[in-house]
Amino acid sequence: MKARVHVMLKNGVLDPQGEAVRHALGSLGFEGVEGVRQGKVIELDLADGTSEDTVKDMCEKLLANTVIESYSIELS
Amino acid sequence: MKAAVIVFPGSNCDRDLAVAFEQAGADVTMVWHKDTDLPEGVDIVGIPGGFSFGDYLRCGAIAANSPICRSVVKHAERGGYALGICNGFQVLTETGLLPGALMRNAGLKFICKQVGLQVATADSAFTSGYSQGQEITIPVAHHDGNYNADAELLARLKGEDRVAFTYTDNPNGSDGDIAGILSDNRRVLGMMPHPERSVDERHGGTDGSAMFRSLMDQLVTA
Repeated sequence: MKARVHVMLKNGVLDPQGEAVRHALGSLGFEGVEGVRQGKVIELDLADGTSEDTVKDMCEKLLANTVIESYSIELS
Repeated sequence: MKAAVIVFPGSNCDRDLAVAFEQAGADVTMVWHKDTDLPEGVDIVGIPGGFSFGDYLRCGAIAANSPICRSVVKHAERGGYALGICNGFQVLTETGLLPGALMRNAGLKFICKQVGLQVATADSAFTSGYSQGQEITIPVAHHDGNYNADAELLARLKGEDRVAFTYTDNPNGSDGDIAGILSDNRRVLGMMPHPERSVDERHGGTDGSAMFRSLMDQLVTA
């Protein structure tokens, strides 16, 4: 089984990299980009039967810094 | 004073930190990240600057979960002293020993230069050699030194007099111009600037020396 973890900066935490990407899109002529937030996707190959709670524990302990980041988990 | 300096793969200020401790008269042991225990009788643990584990995942995140860091956390929870500089500050926030987080510099560039700092409190073993409000010059060298604290945390840090240093001209977007903070028992200091790179005239300045001297004075009798 696989898990895909999305890690994003929490709302309200300024994302300077996302801002830089937004400016770059503007200078390429793409109009109407009102905001860009940059995060990361982490794919995990897991032994069958690994519970979502275990993946959640991984996120809390290592994959996300919950002081500034939020995460979501997709199992497949 | 017995000091231990932790060495991770990618640390690059470990020897500078050891020299700064030694110059103040400390007995220094280097400790590898895979070790599980600190040397017997260590008074202070130094977590050096650098790029531990290549800054993979997040700066300091992998180091914070290394075997030795479990002992560093226990040492701090027992009331032991710890000093985290630059990457060491990032490691300390990742362990939860210090609150907040360090993000990419607001200007997105790596910054390597001398900066002006104001000593925000002289009430700690680290800063008692300075006077409150004193301005000193210490170099910074970081890409991720933008200290992030929400309004509630900022108010708490200020209210508890736990801001150790502020930037006189904020280089990286840190909230509250914060360059360094203390733990609630005032025995753990994390800071982005490098006092160990300012302890010899040949470094271009000696404003960092007072930190190591005051630590020596306070811990030799402890």
